[in-house]
Amino acid sequence: MVNLNIDFNGLNFKNPVLTASGTFGYGYEFEDFVDLSSLGGFIVKGTTLNAREGNPYPRMAETASGMLNAVGLQNKGVDFFCNEIYPRISKYDTNILVNVSGSAIEDYVETAAKINELDKIPGIELNISCPNVKEGGMAFGTNCSSAAQVVKEVRKVYKKHLMVKLSPNVTDIVSIAKSVEEQGANSLSLVNTFLGMAIDINTRKPKLSTITGGLSGPAIKPIAVRMVWQVSKAVKIPICGLGGIMNADDAIEFLLAGASCVQIGTANFIYPDITMKILEGIKHYCNIHGIKNITELIGAIN
Amino acid sequence: MKKYIDSLLVVKNQRLNKDYFLLKLQSEEDLPFILPAQFVEVKIPDTSETFLRRPVSIHDVNYDKNTITLLIRIAGKGTLKLSETKKYEYLNIVYPLGNSFSMPSCNKVLLIGGGCGVAPLLYTAKYMLNFGITPTLLMGYRNSKLVLLKDKYAKYGNVYYSTDDGSYGEKGTVLEHSLLNSRFFPFGKIYACGPDAMLKDLGKWAIERGIDCEVSLENLMACGIGACLCCVQDTVSGHKCVCTEGPVFNVKELIW
Repeated sequence: MVNLNIDFNGLNFKNPVLTASGTFGYGYEFEDFVDLSSLGGFIVKGTTLNAREGNPYPRMAETASGMLNAVGLQNKGVDFFCNEIYPRISKYDTNILVNVSGSAIEDYVETAAKINELDKIPGIELNISCPNVKEGGMAFGTNCSSAAQVVKEVRKVYKKHLMVKLSPNVTDIVSIAKSVEEQGANSLSLVNTFLGMAIDINTRKPKLSTITGGLSGPAIKPIAVRMVWQVSKAVKIPICGLGGIMNADDAIEFLLAGASCVQIGTANFIYPDITMKILEGIKHYCNIHGIKNITELIGAIN
Repeated sequence: MKKYIDSLLVVKNQRLNKDYFLLKLQSEEDLPFILPAQFVEVKIPDTSETFLRRPVSIHDVNYDKNTITLLIRIAGKGTLKLSETKKYEYLNIVYPLGNSFSMPSCNKVLLIGGGCGVAPLLYTAKYMLNFGITPTLLMGYRNSKLVLLKDKYAKYGNVYYSTDDGSYGEKGTVLEHSLLNSRFFPFGKIYACGPDAMLKDLGKWAIERGIDCEVSLENLMACGIGACLCCVQDTVSGHKCVCTEGPVFNVKELIW
């Protein structure tokens, strides 16, 4: 049987299957479908310093092989997370990372510092790539100096594993990745959603209340795979790959491109049990191909 | 309530008129218990254009035969594809989803449906009959040709109709129906489902008269289980997910 264990720059994942922030709630929403402790990890939804109501409805539009969303980081704030959610989810025997977002550097820093105090949270995913908030979010992740600045400041207060989630809405994702690495990021996750737009041709109105939103789903997968491949050649820290993974084959493609693990996102909306199927599928692939250790696949593109 | 993902066998696909059809789905396992106004998320087979599941309210349940019936309006590409489903194909569903209509504390109950909104009221009426409550139903349509399943609804309550053109039942909207406009309104509770505009007007009417009223809403949603936060409704306590904190809301909670 294949060894699926991944040493992710200090984090120990029992397998490479994680779930993406904003698509998996706080995990317990999926308890009827998924054995959460059998996941490599999961990343809880975007958490900000203060509560956010998010954007007005409509926040979602279906597109060919994908969807646009403009949720806008609706959450009850970091204190609510620490006091109400954390006690409920800390029982799971898996790596729970918190996606941390903000509209100013001080927000990121203060939020990260509070999460640093939670024993059972071994890392955060710093979200400098959300396209759906007016200030901050993606603005931090689309140029090297602001990306470096926010990582540098958070690094000062956050002592555990710091994963940084990159935006694909940039000219050169490799240079952003390098500048984040230089400031002490322990790993990268890529990619967040692509800025997109859809119009109702009958009403001539945008389908989202915010006009533009983030595109996810299999429509973006080839671009995400390309970005993971480019970045993995340029940085030393490990990469968690995501973008449109719907099955085990897609997940393996990301590993071959250079990701050490993957996040399953939009697919959770359609098949709430998909992570379990993907995990089984990865094991099956390894058995067929005589892979003894999953790490043999990482970056193993010929 | 535990939720399930399962492939159910299509045992009947019956076209009712140009826009509506009934899908009866059978489970190999015993059905979970289903509450009135709960819904399923149906996977549309084999289409990249209809990527997401479609939320569809549960129209009828038969626990002896392990079947659930969906009454569906062809509203777009996804429901059109579902209307083409053949007997003995399988459809993948996630269910049962959402909260439910609350049980009334009185015996005089009025169920109001508009168009496709009549769908959940059949199982709701059946459910209430089990508790010894014979509901009154008021259903509004545009015209007589669109009136759905008259005989079936008549089995579970006293049914009244209104049509926009007066071709069946009383002329006008459900709000203009004499049931809501007589000097004495005998009902202690209203449960309604239908187009937003109808529900808004009804909600306003009910609040003005101090009548307890619950409505079942339909918003665009992706997951159906409270993870994506796409289907939110504005309420007095902030954004709430229609899929898990709804689809049923008391009209007093809603900001619309």
